[in-house]
Amino acid sequence: MSKLRVVHYINQFFAQIGGEEKADYPIELREGTPVGPGLAFTQAFGEDAEIVGTIICGDSYFNENIEETTKKVVEMVKGLKPDVVIFGPAFNAGRYGFACGTCAAAVHDELELPVVTGMYPENPGVDTAKDKAYVVVTKNSAADMRHAVKVMAPLALKLARHEHVGASCEEGYINQGIRVNFFEKKRGSERAVEMLLKKIAGKPYETEYPMPSFDRVEPMPAVKDLAHAKIALVTSGGICPKGNPDHIESSNATKFGEYSIEGVTDLTEETFETAHGGYDPSYANEDPDRVLPVDIMRDLEKEGVIGKLHELFYTTVGNGTAVASAKKYGAEIGKRLLSAGVNAVILTST
Amino acid sequence: MKLELGKLTIRDIRFSEESKISEGILYVSKEDLRRVALTEEKIKSADFDIARPGESVRITPVKDVVEPRVKTEGPGGIFPGFIAGVDTVGSGKTLALKGMAVVTTGPIVNFQEGVIDMSGPGADYTPFSKLLNLCVICEPVDNCEKHQYESALRMAGLKIASFVAGLGKDIAPEETETFETPDLLTGMKAFPELPRVAYVQMLQSQGLLHDTYVYGVDAKKILPTVLYPTESMDGAILSGNCVSACDKNPTYIHENNPIVEDLFKQHGKTINFVAHVITNENVFLADKERSSNQTAKLCKMLGLDAVIISEEGFGNPDTDLIMNCKKIEAEGIKTVIVTDEYAGRDGKSQSLADADKAADALVTAGNANQLVRLPKLDKVIGTMDYISKIAGSSDKALQSDGSIEVEIQVITGATSEVGFHTLSAR
Repeated sequence: MSKLRVVHYINQFFAQIGGEEKADYPIELREGTPVGPGLAFTQAFGEDAEIVGTIICGDSYFNENIEETTKKVVEMVKGLKPDVVIFGPAFNAGRYGFACGTCAAAVHDELELPVVTGMYPENPGVDTAKDKAYVVVTKNSAADMRHAVKVMAPLALKLARHEHVGASCEEGYINQGIRVNFFEKKRGSERAVEMLLKKIAGKPYETEYPMPSFDRVEPMPAVKDLAHAKIALVTSGGICPKGNPDHIESSNATKFGEYSIEGVTDLTEETFETAHGGYDPSYANEDPDRVLPVDIMRDLEKEGVIGKLHELFYTTVGNGTAVASAKKYGAEIGKRLLSAGVNAVILTST
Repeated sequence: MKLELGKLTIRDIRFSEESKISEGILYVSKEDLRRVALTEEKIKSADFDIARPGESVRITPVKDVVEPRVKTEGPGGIFPGFIAGVDTVGSGKTLALKGMAVVTTGPIVNFQEGVIDMSGPGADYTPFSKLLNLCVICEPVDNCEKHQYESALRMAGLKIASFVAGLGKDIAPEETETFETPDLLTGMKAFPELPRVAYVQMLQSQGLLHDTYVYGVDAKKILPTVLYPTESMDGAILSGNCVSACDKNPTYIHENNPIVEDLFKQHGKTINFVAHVITNENVFLADKERSSNQTAKLCKMLGLDAVIISEEGFGNPDTDLIMNCKKIEAEGIKTVIVTDEYAGRDGKSQSLADADKAADALVTAGNANQLVRLPKLDKVIGTMDYISKIAGSSDKALQSDGSIEVEIQVITGATSEVGFHTLSAR
């Protein structure tokens, strides 16, 4: 089997061209023989992969010609047809890290190639590669090169072979918000007891899920003139026309439905049902108004308490549904309601 | 309170004319089992099967998993309020049949039953693939309502487990473990230097068949209360749950609660394991407020330094979890919370439906939305009729080669929020 092809990006310092005084060194491609840390990578790859080209660029040169240089890096990489691209590692060097992260993201986006870099977690370059490159955690100086290569090389090989990449703590990369499952050595209860003992003793411990910053929505002011308001019904309780025509999933829904209730005064067992998999559906199916109160809304409409019930309702299943999906559906439903001139919405859950 | 838990390992289960345990083999007569199951009047017919670790067998739709236990000395009986009277349990002697379980199956709510694969990648995700499973397949009578079917199947499982355990009543256990919790005052005097720790267990009680029972009482109707940690070992808490399979606590997990076990391991050494506090997860805001207030109050009353809090379920109960955590931390008591995640199939979404900075020590049992491909297995115990309906599955789940692509949410016990299993995420 032929060796996997790797392209390596480094700065002028690691190419042994010079320090700060040579930071304006323009971009250059050296095909063949590995340069600087590329030697250590080559050794780590053994017979599995080879560095087919090294892109060298001065840190100042990159930062003064960002767009143009990034484009050149992408072109050079493209010409070499690699299986994976390695940037750095940049340790705590800020401009180098920025160059590595920016180019890694561009190569990922434009060439759809897997990319690996290595940085100290506080390097500002880490953010530029978010969600795109695997950024291996390094210490803050080049003295950590041996360790960095030891972690980056096998990860690069895995990516080149399109193998499953484990969780951040197993593979040694910085977690940038993508949760990956893996089997721990100890069961959860034992880990909980160990964490508690550390917390009691005031010793450092690492939570397995740092709390996200939570998105809280301020309620709108109350509707002043209900008698002339157009009200819509939106539910996460899964009520849909009988037979669930759009196949909304019973859990972790991948879509929402928009259905007409024009002329409908009462939801019945024969016409509507719930798609929700998170509760005993007997009562919702027996009378879907229990979840989507069309009957009551029609009464209120007749009595003149509200102006009008919107002729469309929106529905999805709020059971194990990812927050990101719910947010997307909410934004889209909101847009449609606004353009239909709806003044207020009754949101029902289960 | 002191419990001596005797363990008898079952090495195989075989159907036979006569029901008995001999040399580690459980022999059961289908007729005996059927007689026991059919004492439930809502059950029309009952059949039985055996699934062994490593076999190409899928059990679905799984309702509950129960470990057979029997009281051999001391007050009360296993599963008080259902099988036995309501004497306080958790002391004396109990015999547990290890290495096996009674697994009940039946499509009660379709969505909310689970899958146990005995081999292949699915087996890695469920702790129950390592057990010899005596499977109980019950058909309800015609026009049986879902809640009646749930109750009947739950009772059938408990009765069969009790019947099987009874066969071992006079056999000496191979190994005995002793668990002892002194009363509060004695404990304080015995371990004056050790931090006082309790376990706060949140019980699934969202209603509409999301029910857990304590001494026969529906947990929806309890105020938070205090148990000796050995009470759950005698079946004081049991599952009546039809809710996503991956993170509900089957009765087996209540009997073998790993947080109780692992806190006991430290008891008298690094901590004083004071009590097992139980609370619920009701859906009304006032209930959530009341229960979390009372839980924090009990923790304060017990003079605790720290607690482990476990959740059951996800979404709505995430708010109870965070309320408990916040209010207990506000009393100056340190917390570690155990939960699982719903981070989306791509792992990019926020994992919990609520969050607070007080929750700074969290143990996760993994992302339940992660997809897994389960190959076709040779034999199905139960039926594959509902496989695309189970929460975490979809109508695209069944592949042309007979395998299924589903979220691990469908697998019983995959993301156990009492930390019964090793799955985690970062």
